[in-house]
Amino acid sequence: MSTFLGMPAPPPRSPYGTGNLRGDRTFPAAAHDELRNGQLRRNLGKATRTIRGKRLHVTGELPDWEALRDAGSAIKTDTMNRLPELLEQLERNVTERGGTVHWARDGDEANEIVARLVRATGSSDVIKVKSMATQETGLNEHLESLGITPHETDLAELIVQLAHDRPSHILVPAIHRNRDEIRQIFLDEIPGVDPRLDNVPAHLAAAARAYLREKFMTTRVAVSGANFGIAETGTLSVVESEGNGRMCLTLPDTLITVMGIEKVLPRYQDLEVFLQLLPRSSTGERMNPYTSLWTGVTPGDGPQDFHLVLLDNGRTAALADTIGRAALNCIRCSACLNVCPVYERAGGHAYGSTYPGPIGAVLTPQLAGMHAAKDDPNSSLPYASSLCGACFDACPVKIDIPSMLVELRHQNTEQSGTTAEKLAMKAAAAVMGRPKLYTAAQKAAALGRVVGGRDGTLSHLPAPFSGWSDSRDTPAPPKRSFRAWLASAEGAATMRAAAEEGARHGDDHQEEK
Amino acid sequence: MTTTARDTVLGRIRDALALAPPSDTPIPRAYRTGRTLPDGERLALLTDRLVDYKAQVHRCTTDRTAEVIAGILRDRGARRIGVPAGLEEHWLAAYDGEIRRDSADIPAPGLDALDGVVTGSAVTCAETGTIFLDGSPDQGRRALSLVPDLHVCVVDLSSVVAGVPEAVARLVPERPTTLISGPSATSDIELERVEGVHGPRTLAVVIRTDA
Amino acid sequence: MRIGLFATCLGDTLFPEAVRSTAVLLARLGHEVVFPPDQTCCGQMHVNTGYQREPVPLVRNFAEQFGDASIEAVVMPSGSCAGSVRHQHEIIAARYGDAALRSGVATVKAKTYELSELLVDVLGVTQVGAYFPHRVTYHPTCHSLRMLRVGEKPLKLLRAVEAIDLVELPEADSCCGFGGTFAVKNAETSTAMLQDKMRNVCGTGADVCTAGDSSCLMHIGGGLSRIRSGTRTLHLAQILGSTRTTPYPLTEAAR
Repeated sequence: MSTFLGMPAPPPRSPYGTGNLRGDRTFPAAAHDELRNGQLRRNLGKATRTIRGKRLHVTGELPDWEALRDAGSAIKTDTMNRLPELLEQLERNVTERGGTVHWARDGDEANEIVARLVRATGSSDVIKVKSMATQETGLNEHLESLGITPHETDLAELIVQLAHDRPSHILVPAIHRNRDEIRQIFLDEIPGVDPRLDNVPAHLAAAARAYLREKFMTTRVAVSGANFGIAETGTLSVVESEGNGRMCLTLPDTLITVMGIEKVLPRYQDLEVFLQLLPRSSTGERMNPYTSLWTGVTPGDGPQDFHLVLLDNGRTAALADTIGRAALNCIRCSACLNVCPVYERAGGHAYGSTYPGPIGAVLTPQLAGMHAAKDDPNSSLPYASSLCGACFDACPVKIDIPSMLVELRHQNTEQSGTTAEKLAMKAAAAVMGRPKLYTAAQKAAALGRVVGGRDGTLSHLPAPFSGWSDSRDTPAPPKRSFRAWLASAEGAATMRAAAEEGARHGDDHQEEK
Repeated sequence: MTTTARDTVLGRIRDALALAPPSDTPIPRAYRTGRTLPDGERLALLTDRLVDYKAQVHRCTTDRTAEVIAGILRDRGARRIGVPAGLEEHWLAAYDGEIRRDSADIPAPGLDALDGVVTGSAVTCAETGTIFLDGSPDQGRRALSLVPDLHVCVVDLSSVVAGVPEAVARLVPERPTTLISGPSATSDIELERVEGVHGPRTLAVVIRTDA
Repeated sequence: MRIGLFATCLGDTLFPEAVRSTAVLLARLGHEVVFPPDQTCCGQMHVNTGYQREPVPLVRNFAEQFGDASIEAVVMPSGSCAGSVRHQHEIIAARYGDAALRSGVATVKAKTYELSELLVDVLGVTQVGAYFPHRVTYHPTCHSLRMLRVGEKPLKLLRAVEAIDLVELPEADSCCGFGGTFAVKNAETSTAMLQDKMRNVCGTGADVCTAGDSSCLMHIGGGLSRIRSGTRTLHLAQILGSTRTTPYPLTEAAR
């Protein structure tokens, strides 16, 4: 919370984004169900603990990790500051190297562009590299509605697609599934799979390899996202592990890449920072197995028809907020999810958006709005945090998510009009702002001791505190506040005795010298 | 005149930056760049990283290149291999299987019929165990080193640099570039790393210590 | 040193023993403890719940109460309140305050410390003459750990306590689930976090779980009380305030 940023009055903003950026229930309501799923809790707990350990190990071994974070943060901030010129430069360079650049105001427009390009190839199938942007726009659903079959090729995305499920994590969309569940999904959904398939991860991966091999060899169109787009050279990049990305980026005739406008980087040299920050923060590896860098079209190598779709979908709305725009610096590593105690318990689905976890809680309301009406699920997201700060520490580009959450809470209360909570807050501030009233209220609270049950604790509190008292006792206020004790004869005597002891020690200390 | 999506989006960005004017952000680049390490250290570091990621590592001198490559291919039972058009012929002098020189008109399923591929490399980062291929004649098109299940990659120690910044500095941006760190892998099942998904399941790296 | 004591509203009203121990400890170390009588609350709850206009009078009152130049340092037995004074007050002042408030806030911010920071960094002591012959585990509260970065300071103080059996808390740095109004608005998620914290606390076999924040201790202690665990919670100040001559009577209620 180091910088100050002006009045929170919302400026006239660009339209909010469309697509999978809003759940149908508030966070507490959705979490209520997810928390009851013991299997989910165990899967998430195990997975996030594993990845936390790996990340700490590989970030700890770099003596310049903090310097890399500083550079990454500054490069992204500088990028946002110069976004128009950088996007124009990117467009120019991609076009010069034989690519075609398209612009999409929102998710629907991006989906239409992609569908039109796919239809122009005559293909009824597309292979897809894991892409947050197309998850956000709901591209798969759109393509299916037009009779085009999208095949997710990332293992976790494949698991989610085969299970007719939703992703719950940015990096590992099927993190909520364990090996037994995945085995069953494969047995049920992969045509011709060996019925003796067991739950060994290597065997499950082999089954996915066999299933997708034929798709890679025969599908003529691929859709990808992009981790980085270099303005200076027109180079695009996909960071991955399995080789499905390389397959999609290399084998088809046509490649369509959908990239959020915030993914641009100024210089090729900037890769030296992000290729260190991203893998270590994300999978906890020194480097991910495969990264592809391509620039337009290369004769004789890879797709000869390349399209880049630059997506706004609410990003410019976020950009208009001085605090909120830092959320656009996110490189989708998911380190914040993996260290978040709230994410670990409630899981990704509770956030209702393509972007779960701490970054989702700040990004989603900014991309899609947080309409102050109480029942907008997005307005519950900034409160889905204990503000423990673990996300800020883990973020490779130093996004101050806790401060951003507090700011979004403020924007929410500013837009909410008069609520019971606001009145209570005003009343509390009125009492605490007047020392005499405050002291009187303390005395009244001490009288509340009579409602205390066993051991002077309160075990049932009325709404809105009933959720608290369901699992916690609350101490009844003691007879005497600290200030009352201090003002009492006993308090004065105790402090006097302590001071005398302090003076004696001071003398002893003098003598030692 | 209709407004294009391009004009709209760029206009929105300019509006946003006008509404909330940014302040200049200097970029501190205090991280390590331009590092050099002696041959022995680079070799040891690279070997450690490659082994960590379950790549096979073979060290040899230049004069034993053909012998070592042939040994790897024989051990893996690779009877039919693909090579980029510009691969040095004598690297395969000791190999007695079928050699197919690659060309852009061979479709992907044709590559799938190969048992393996032998390529050179552009630059390698020791600290992360990352080999960079850039489509030079001894490395070929990207599909060639991707589709076959075995990739034998020759790395000259002189092309091995200490860290990522040193490696990125040696790249030619326009070239299609692939960074390879071990065989293909996934952590998608319970975040447990499993080697071998869609890319080559075996990566054998031949480090030539005198080249 | 002349030290201004901020009791915090929670400490003053619900957990006076922790504040009392802080006052006595500092006096016993030879320092003058002053208690500006019109102090109330730092306004953290308001800010963290999204209210920034309402706490302006609280921020102003804090700056006035402790602005006196004769007060060399301000101490509070709470990492999160110290975090609020150091990180949030300037935001409120800049956005909704006037020049006088901005200046007042900057003055007090610079001399505000959480207890372990004051002892170790400012007063330069880790050995405070405490005696506490019990098994203790320490929970580093999130705001102490990640907002104030107190690091090892509380543990240094605890290690120096005579006869203490200090045991490490597994997964110590994970949040207990309190988070102020988070525990009310997202009570179930908070409870899930609390359950894991309690499992780790109970696993240590400690008699006492200690921390630098009464609010987190109220949360953990409330849970431990509900499950009738044998472990109780005590503020760090109460352990540091326990001496051979006046040991903390652990058999009595913790508060």
